[in-house]
Amino acid sequence: MSETSPELTVSLWRGAQQGRYVAYKVPMRASQTVLDVVTFVQRHLDPTLAYRFACRVGVCGSCAMTVNGRPRWTCRTHVSKVSKGGRIEIGPLENLPVIKDLATDMRPFFEKWQQAEGSFVPSKTRHDPIETIAPGSAARMAADAAIECINCGVCYAACDTVRWDASYLGPAALNRAWSLVNDQRDAGGAVRLRAIAGSGGCQLCHSHQSCQEYCPQSLNPTRSIAGLKRRATRAYLSGELKA
Amino acid sequence: MTARLQHRTGVLWIAALVHRLSGLALAIFLPVHFLTLGLAIGGEARLDSFLRWTDAPLVQLSEGGLLFFLLLHLLGGLRLLVLENLDWHDGQKQLATLAAAVSAVVAFIFLARAL
Amino acid sequence: MSLPLYLWQRLTAAVMAPLVLVHVAVIFYASRKGLSAGDILGRTRGSLMWASFYGAFVAAAALHAAIGVRNVLIEWSPLGEGRAGMFSTLFGLLLLVLGLRAVAAVVLP
Repeated sequence: MSETSPELTVSLWRGAQQGRYVAYKVPMRASQTVLDVVTFVQRHLDPTLAYRFACRVGVCGSCAMTVNGRPRWTCRTHVSKVSKGGRIEIGPLENLPVIKDLATDMRPFFEKWQQAEGSFVPSKTRHDPIETIAPGSAARMAADAAIECINCGVCYAACDTVRWDASYLGPAALNRAWSLVNDQRDAGGAVRLRAIAGSGGCQLCHSHQSCQEYCPQSLNPTRSIAGLKRRATRAYLSGELKA
Repeated sequence: MTARLQHRTGVLWIAALVHRLSGLALAIFLPVHFLTLGLAIGGEARLDSFLRWTDAPLVQLSEGGLLFFLLLHLLGGLRLLVLENLDWHDGQKQLATLAAAVSAVVAFIFLARAL
Repeated sequence: MSLPLYLWQRLTAAVMAPLVLVHVAVIFYASRKGLSAGDILGRTRGSLMWASFYGAFVAAAALHAAIGVRNVLIEWSPLGEGRAGMFSTLFGLLLLVLGLRAVAAVVLP
């Protein structure tokens, strides 16, 4: 290995809600990802660094962090794409409590998922015939467009309405609710409508589309939320939904 | 932890900020506007002397600015009304940019004729 | 923001879109023609049409601005929903009173 191999200067958030950025020198390697860099620091420079990852190939969403101010999956972020003059700044995902260093407490994210009634409510038993769903129907296409969410939290971290209003359920929870609203098998109906149009509901969204911009799965929660707004408006005006 | 603003450079985020700030500017302007119109209660002479004051170039410039804010808020708002009530269309960035461009052009035309 | 408030916000916005365009056209017309206060008041005094037009405009603007200000206060200030609601209601009432007073000033004979 060359004595003068180029180095990255990496600033990592150390601490919890209070803390500071600490700089580390990491050798530059070809095709290096940001996750590689964080892993190098923890294994060779400072074993006390806390961070999360799992699959390291962009299918689980566990490694999401804030890289140079932007929320992204670190295993799918090439250093060469984000490093500015050989420097990168890495912090935990925003809008979530920090447990330690780069690891956040995802509980508020999942609690809001539940609050938005983001779970399938069955309407049939094993004795009923299987529901036939036309894959090309408008509702199924709307559900399919929203269904690939793996709860990574990037959209939640990117959303300024979440930042400014603690009650806001957020793009992921509402996007999931939309996929269920469009699922003809689901019996969540009135309860879910009340949840997505009540406190913290879809009506708070300002359509910044930061969620859509940063979603690693190319989902569009703004579009889903716009659909919820239409649905909630119809339900309210028809008397189906009592606010 | 300090918030980093780097990711808040998207066209649509800026469009939302412009929408909010123009709304605030209009909200501040409106009471002033209503008060000056109320001058007409004092009779047409008072309103007339005020109207003559508004012919001053600096006032015309501010009126151009107000018109700009009004159009920005209106056109941005129309984009949102369509987005929220009709079927989704991609190309929101282009629409937002178009709204800002039209507002600038119309306000410029107003100023060009006034000054 | 509750769903009803959201709906009032959007409804007043939709109502004001055509009203604003007419208003801006009127202003352009008046300034091009160089109308004096006397000219303007001559057309507005005693006019039911202008009274209804601007009365509706003021009411819609007061409600729309109040709800908008409330949202901004909730999101950008440390005030909670209760105090933000209170301030914005007062602001809306101020706009309504000043606005209707101005309308009265130009339409009452």
